[in-house]
Amino acid sequence: MEFAELIKTPRVDGVVLRRPFMPTVEGTLCLTGHHLILSSRQDNTEELWLLHANIDSTEKRFVGSLGTIIVKCKDLRVIQLDIPGMEECLNIASSIEALSTLDSVSLMYPFFYRPLFEVIEDGWQSFVPEESFKDLESMTDEWRLSEVNKDFSVCPSYPSLLTVPRDIDDESLCKAASFRHGGRFPVLSYYHKKNGMVIMRAAQPLTGTNGRRCKEDEKLINATLCAGKRGYIIDTRTIAVAQQAKARGGGFEQEANYPQWRRIHKAIERSNVLQDSLIKLVEACNDQSHSMDRWLSKLEASNWQSNVKEILTTACLAAQCIDREGASVLVHGTEGTDSTLQVTSLAQIILDPACRTIRGFEVLIEREWLQAGHPFQQRCAQSAYSNGKLRSEAPVFLLFLDCVWQILRQFPCSFQFNENLLIMLFEHAYASQFGTFLGNCVAERGKLQLSQKTVSLWSWVNRPQELERFLNPLYEPNNLVIWPSVAPQSLLLWEGVFLRWNRSTKCLDEAYQEMVHIIEYNKELQNKVNSLRRQLAQLETEDSPLQTP
Amino acid sequence: MEHIRTPKVEQVKLLDRFSNKSVIGTLHLTATHLIFVESNSTSAQEIWILHHHIASMEKLSLTTSGCPLLIQCRNFRLVHFVIPRERDCHDIYSSLLRLLRPVSYDELYAFSYNPKQNDQQREEGWQLIDLAAEFERMGVPCDQWQLTDVNREYKRLPPNICIGLVKSVLPHLLCFYNVLQGGKCLYLFVSCLQAAVCRCSQPLSGFSARCLEDEHMLQAISKANHNSRYIYVMDTRPKLNALANRAAGKGYENEDNYSNIRFQFVGIENIHVMRGSLQKLLEVVGTRSLSMTDYLVGLENSGWLRHIKAIMDAAIFLAKAVTVEGASVLVHCSDGWDRTAQVCALGSLLMDPYYRTIKGFMVLIEKDWISFGHKFADRCDQLDPDQKEVSPIFTQFLECVWQLTEQFPQAFEFSEWFLIQIHEHVHSCQFGNFLGNSQRQREVLQLKERTYSLWAHLLSEKQNYMNPVYSPSFAESHPVLEPSTQACHFKFWRNMYHQYDRSMHPRQSILKQVLTFKESNRELEGTVQALKTKLQKFGVSTSPLKPQTPPRDQEAREDAPASTDGERTVEGSSATENGYGELTGSFGSKNEPAVVTLEFGVARMTC
Repeated sequence: MEFAELIKTPRVDGVVLRRPFMPTVEGTLCLTGHHLILSSRQDNTEELWLLHANIDSTEKRFVGSLGTIIVKCKDLRVIQLDIPGMEECLNIASSIEALSTLDSVSLMYPFFYRPLFEVIEDGWQSFVPEESFKDLESMTDEWRLSEVNKDFSVCPSYPSLLTVPRDIDDESLCKAASFRHGGRFPVLSYYHKKNGMVIMRAAQPLTGTNGRRCKEDEKLINATLCAGKRGYIIDTRTIAVAQQAKARGGGFEQEANYPQWRRIHKAIERSNVLQDSLIKLVEACNDQSHSMDRWLSKLEASNWQSNVKEILTTACLAAQCIDREGASVLVHGTEGTDSTLQVTSLAQIILDPACRTIRGFEVLIEREWLQAGHPFQQRCAQSAYSNGKLRSEAPVFLLFLDCVWQILRQFPCSFQFNENLLIMLFEHAYASQFGTFLGNCVAERGKLQLSQKTVSLWSWVNRPQELERFLNPLYEPNNLVIWPSVAPQSLLLWEGVFLRWNRSTKCLDEAYQEMVHIIEYNKELQNKVNSLRRQLAQLETEDSPLQTP
Repeated sequence: MEHIRTPKVEQVKLLDRFSNKSVIGTLHLTATHLIFVESNSTSAQEIWILHHHIASMEKLSLTTSGCPLLIQCRNFRLVHFVIPRERDCHDIYSSLLRLLRPVSYDELYAFSYNPKQNDQQREEGWQLIDLAAEFERMGVPCDQWQLTDVNREYKRLPPNICIGLVKSVLPHLLCFYNVLQGGKCLYLFVSCLQAAVCRCSQPLSGFSARCLEDEHMLQAISKANHNSRYIYVMDTRPKLNALANRAAGKGYENEDNYSNIRFQFVGIENIHVMRGSLQKLLEVVGTRSLSMTDYLVGLENSGWLRHIKAIMDAAIFLAKAVTVEGASVLVHCSDGWDRTAQVCALGSLLMDPYYRTIKGFMVLIEKDWISFGHKFADRCDQLDPDQKEVSPIFTQFLECVWQLTEQFPQAFEFSEWFLIQIHEHVHSCQFGNFLGNSQRQREVLQLKERTYSLWAHLLSEKQNYMNPVYSPSFAESHPVLEPSTQACHFKFWRNMYHQYDRSMHPRQSILKQVLTFKESNRELEGTVQALKTKLQKFGVSTSPLKPQTPPRDQEAREDAPASTDGERTVEGSSATENGYGELTGSFGSKNEPAVVTLEFGVARMTC
């Protein structure tokens, strides 16, 4: 086994684990191929099981022969391990380093993980495109499922089945694909039942500097407009960035060629800028010595909240076009795999009550993120403690979750799930025992045979025992479109993620439990009243003939 | 009333502060209120603005649609009217100008407000909060401390201080001190522990003056506490301010002259800095289409949260000195009625769970703020005094309490609505409690005979202010609150400073929802009891009753309170109010009448 080569010292006794706001634990440290385990070997104390994949970076320090390893995790937690013995400490540190930066996907834990629970519903089979197409079919016949990307040759990052306008044949799709970055031609993202308007997404058109055009692409997106109607193209880049893209063969839709569309440019930041933003934010949150002014200026300098506001604003704009303007929307940025997906998925949460249920939210993530080809493995390879050598890491998905949390905060009764579900998704996107977030697109996942070799996150989440933790006790289905406020005063720092390890949540958790208790007690009382009423009614009908002699 | 020139103006437009939305309605001017009634009969909102709440008015330059009138209120409401005729606007403006500048206390609303209670009810209202009972609760008098009425005539001490407690052996010294120095000094026992928290104003030490009696008194306070050999003296001012005061013959205690004191500056800024800070804060958050960067930079530059943190830090220092070290603490600032009140009141709240109840909080305000002479009339601008005396000292205290409720959601019996309501009435002059600058002035005004008590009013609608997750057992397990003072745990209190800007609020309120559940639980418990009694008539024993079948949804809903329906209407929630983007304007070419501009084409979103 290769892991054994990397583990020079599998076990050290007398290791002390220090974590903020938690009791210190002393015990034995064990390294396995995928976990760092610290156990005090007493019954009542907590054990630490940390996935190597969750480790973002490590630091070593020595005081005499006592070594200290500071482990910074992708879920933003920072722990300290005091290890007696210089050699042991060095060995452990280098093993952790090596094990947490394994390059090969097939060595990742999900390929070794065997569930300790019975898989009742296989998450890999839970969301099939044909199913959601059936729903669409019941509402409109304007769309069809195309198999043009069956072997992923037209667009490597798209799934094999795509929803496209009925009147556009596969040949046109291929031509349109050749006109769009990465072959990501416009496809259906969302159909608004109320007025039949749609959100489509794509990648940037490859107009280049000489203003190339593509009749098939024009025809394709025009096919989504009703006669005489107009639509909006939301470009998630500023006009300046979009102009610059022309030099590299990219570009944007020219008014002259798309007269039925009005283009709007928004400014959603891209990969490395976002990663930098996350690093700065977490740094600000972790430094507890800040004065008030320093904290606020660091928070501002991180730009994180600005990013949240910008993404949310763009999503609201898209939703506004659909629901208020009655106009269809095409969303794209450059590649169509990041900011585009943030906007289309958030717009759906605003517009579609179904997306606010747990099941619907899972469908949304599956459809708008996993199937749509957000490169999870690249984006989530490193988190906030990554130092230097960044490739294409970016907290795109985390920003999406943050935006969902903002909407959830403003409409606390309109979501079937609570904050825990969002935090859980953040954790699993970065490090997980499940295979769901491995790979960068459907084609890659197929090659890795994830559905045969790993367990799906959804298989676990959808078990009733687990679901309970994610249910929002205040949920009351709300069929309205929910318009969040995007004023800076209404947007908050997501403490549940960013201050999670820097505060004691005991008081907050207890208060939440009390709220749950009040609501459960209410249900219990209602049941009791109903059953007493029934009993009384029964007695009254039984009694009346008896009492009359 | 003779000051009202135009009692009613129609076709007035009310502009929304943060969007381009507006509504048309009628403006009414009464002796006490400015009332705007929306014309639209379906939603017909009404806005009542008490004249006392108006902080400033501004007539902007004439526009095509009329004459704009901007009104800024002390409860952070900002309304922007456009009155069609300039003549009407001027009349309203000049009438209001007179109405909101009462020249004597008798003109204040409290003296005309009548909630249809008889004299006896009013008297009972005033008796609800009783400071004598409070001292008894604290265990005073006791062997070390006694009550003194040395200031009965308000002569020995400046007029704004009324009662006092001093160590039994020393009342005469207190008198001497004041006679000799003409200064003001008062000690109060606040904590029922051995350790005492005392408050006073700065000593008149100048550069070298001493007062032996004052030194003895401090020593006596120190000796009254057997747990600790020293006493903390907290000067809540920044050191620089205290030094500057020396030149004026005031200053701070010289550690060489007082034995066993530990002297500490805590650096809370003065009333002028606080006033400026709030002004800056309100300017920033009042900006339309505010960017995140400008918001955070503005928040920082205003210094508001820094001041809040400074007050909190001081209170925590106080609480730690008393509860951890068991030491007595003497707190003072310059006059002893602003920063000292903030720190002592907040410190008490941290140390004693009683003050975290609704009644206890009233007692706390009555004791540390009202009776010790926080100058409400000056600070809250009740009678058009010197604008330099106005300062949001009490607002800061309320905000500190709110910050605590955020960290300890189960520790307080009341919710933020209670704090906001108190804030409202500190400025409304509708009740007598906060009128005037001192206890003596209140007695002169005969407030108890001529006005009503706010506490009675608030207690009568107590259920609105309850914190549904409050847990008395939390108080037992956490007698002393130890809040985090990390900067990131201090938040902007949107629900206070934007309380009237509905578009910024969460569209559904958890607090309201859980309160409704709690209320429903109480009713259901009653129903269960009633049904059980009925069943017993049939001779059925009902105690361990379990529902035989899970009820269908329909049935379960029967007893659900109707009020939850209210939550389904998502108020103020239209896309345009939020200003997401630049969808206005023509669509490509200019002759496109088919496209509605989004700003006005959107209906209000209702169920």
